Amino acid sequence: MTILSPKTAVPPAAAPADLPRAADPAPAPTGPPLLVLDDVHIRDRAGGRDIVRGVGFELTPGKTVGIVGESGSGKTLTCRAALGILPPHFEVDRGSIAIDGTDIATLTPRQWTDLRGATISAVFQDPASYLNPSIKVGAQIAEVVRVKQGLGRRAARHRALDLMAAVQLRDPELVHGQYPFELSGGMLQRVLIAAAIAAGPRILIADEATTALDVTVQAEILDLLADLRERTGLALVVVSHDLAVVAQLCDEVLVMRDGKVVEQGPTETVLHTPRHAYTRLLIDEHESYGLDRFLAPREAA
Amino acid sequence: MSTIRQDSAATDGIRQEPGAPDGLHQDPTAADRVRQAPAAADTPRRPVLAVSGLEVHHGLRRRRRRVLADVTLDIAAGETLGLIGETGSGKSTFARAVLGLVHVSAGSISVDGEDVTGYNARQWRALRRRGVVQYVFQDPLRSLDPDLTVEDSLTEPLLLAGTDRRTAAGRARDLLTRVRLPHELLTRLPGELSGGQRQRVAVARALATEPRLLLLDEPVSALDSANRVHILEILKELRAAGVALVFISHDLGSVAGVADRVAVLHRGELVETGPVADVIRAPRHPYTRLLVGSAPTLHTPAASRSERAALRAQLAL
Repeated sequence: MTILSPKTAVPPAAAPADLPRAADPAPAPTGPPLLVLDDVHIRDRAGGRDIVRGVGFELTPGKTVGIVGESGSGKTLTCRAALGILPPHFEVDRGSIAIDGTDIATLTPRQWTDLRGATISAVFQDPASYLNPSIKVGAQIAEVVRVKQGLGRRAARHRALDLMAAVQLRDPELVHGQYPFELSGGMLQRVLIAAAIAAGPRILIADEATTALDVTVQAEILDLLADLRERTGLALVVVSHDLAVVAQLCDEVLVMRDGKVVEQGPTETVLHTPRHAYTRLLIDEHESYGLDRFLAPREAA
Repeated sequence: MSTIRQDSAATDGIRQEPGAPDGLHQDPTAADRVRQAPAAADTPRRPVLAVSGLEVHHGLRRRRRRVLADVTLDIAAGETLGLIGETGSGKSTFARAVLGLVHVSAGSISVDGEDVTGYNARQWRALRRRGVVQYVFQDPLRSLDPDLTVEDSLTEPLLLAGTDRRTAAGRARDLLTRVRLPHELLTRLPGELSGGQRQRVAVARALATEPRLLLLDEPVSALDSANRVHILEILKELRAAGVALVFISHDLGSVAGVADRVAVLHRGELVETGPVADVIRAPRHPYTRLLVGSAPTLHTPAASRSERAALRAQLAL
C-alpha cells in the first residue's frame, strides 16, 4: 500500500470507473511505450557494487513483459527502480527509466506521488503485509480512491465495491466489512489488486504476486490479470521464479541471473530456441519433471 | 506393481460414480475390491502402507469438523505415490495420521503388514523409533535440530536404535554420499548450510534407519530449480532401491516427474487416484481437471481460461 497511499487529489483523466464488469471488447490496445527501461544498472552504494547490470525492455499498452530469475537475481530491484521505491543506498547509476515518456530521474517527489497508483502500480508476494490488520479491507480500498480521485465517502464505498467485484471477490458486500485476517491468501491478493487498480493505472507490476498461493488460486489470479489486460489495455510486468508462470502470460521474457539479463526475447522464441544454459536448465526442469512431460508440446509459433 | 496400478484405477471408477456412498466400508463391492488390491496381485508383496476408510476429525463438540473422510490408499514397496491437495485438503493430516500424530476416528492403517490402528502412544513411539516410517518436512529446519551438527543429526537415530558409535559414524558418511553431499559438511550446523543442502541432509537423516516408507511433505517447494532436480533424482534412486514414497504437494507439476501414481485430495476426500500419466492426460473428477488445467506449463495449458472458469463455477470454488 505504500506506493498508493501518498496524499494527492489529482483525478486521473478518464478513470475507468466502469472498467470492471463491462464486458465491452476493448479496442486492440497499442500505442507508444508506457514503460521503457534502457540499460539500467542499479548500484548498492553501501556494498560499492552494481547489483543489476544492464536491464532493458519496452512495454506498450495491453502487453506483458515477464522477468524470470531466482531470488537475488535482481528482478525485484529492477521493479522497485521502475516504481521509484529503491531501498536506501540503492540507486540507478547508469541507464534510464521512462514512464509514459517521462524520464523518472527528473521527477520530483510530488510528481512521483501523482504517478504512483494513477499511472504505475504494483502488487507483491505477501498481500497481508501490505494491509493494515486493524482496518476493514473495504475501507482500505476506499481510502485509495478517496485520496487519489478525491471521491466522497459514499462514492468511495461504491467504487470500492465495484473494484472488489472487478477482481471477482464473490461477495463484495461481505468482504468489504471483513478484516484481513478473515480472508484467505487468494482473497487478500485480490483485495491488493483491487487497491492497485483503483486509480486506473496503465501499468501494473506483479512481483511474485502468486508465489505463495495454491496452484488453482494462482491460476485464478493470473487469469484475472489477463482479463484486466484485455478489458482495459493494462500493461503488465510479471515477475516470477517460475518460467512457466511467465510463459502463460507474457509476450516477452527476460531471464535474469546474478543481476544480468542472460536471455531475452519473445516468449515463443525463448521457449523454443533457448540460447543460454540457464534458460535451458529452467526449461529442462519442466520438461523432464513437470506436467509438460505428459502434455502435447506447443505448436510452433 | 502394474497390477496394483490397475487396481487403483478400478477404485477410481467407484469414486467417480455420482452419488456413490461416502464410506467405502459401507459399500461391500467397493470394499472388497480395495481389499483385493494387494492380494489379487501376482506378486506376493504386501503393501508397505495400507490405509482403509481413514477418517480424522479436528476440534471438539460444535467446532468438530471432518478433515479426512474415508481415505483408502495402498502403497507398495518401490512405489512412489504423489498425494496432491491444496491448503485445507487434509494432505498433511494424512501424513500425521500415518505417523500416529493425530487421533483417527475411523478406518485402519497398516504399516509393513502390521495393523497399527489401535496402537497406544507408547507403541507409536516405539514404531517411530524403529524408523520403518520416516517423515521429511518442507522446511528442513523443522526436521533438523539447529543445535546439532550434521553428523550428530545423522547418527542420532542410529544410536537410538542401538547401533554403536563407530558404525553410526561410518553410516553418516555413507548417507551423505547417498544424497551427494561432501563429507566436510559433517561438522556444520544446519544454519551453516544452504537451503538445498539442508533439505538433502534432512532426507539423509530420514534414510538413516533404512525406512520402508518415506513421507515427504512439500520437499521441494522451497528450493530453486537446481536443488529441486537434485532432490528429485535422489527420490528416484530411493524408489529404485525399493523404498515406498509418499510425495505430498499442492502442485501436481512438482510430483509429475517422480510419481508412479497420484491421489488427489479435495476437502478431505480422495476424489481421484490413478497412474500419473492417466490422471494428467485424462483427469476425470472436475477438481482434478481444474488442478491439471491450473498448473503452469511451458506449452499449451491443459485448460483454457474459460474452461477453468467453468470448472471453478462447477466446484463452487
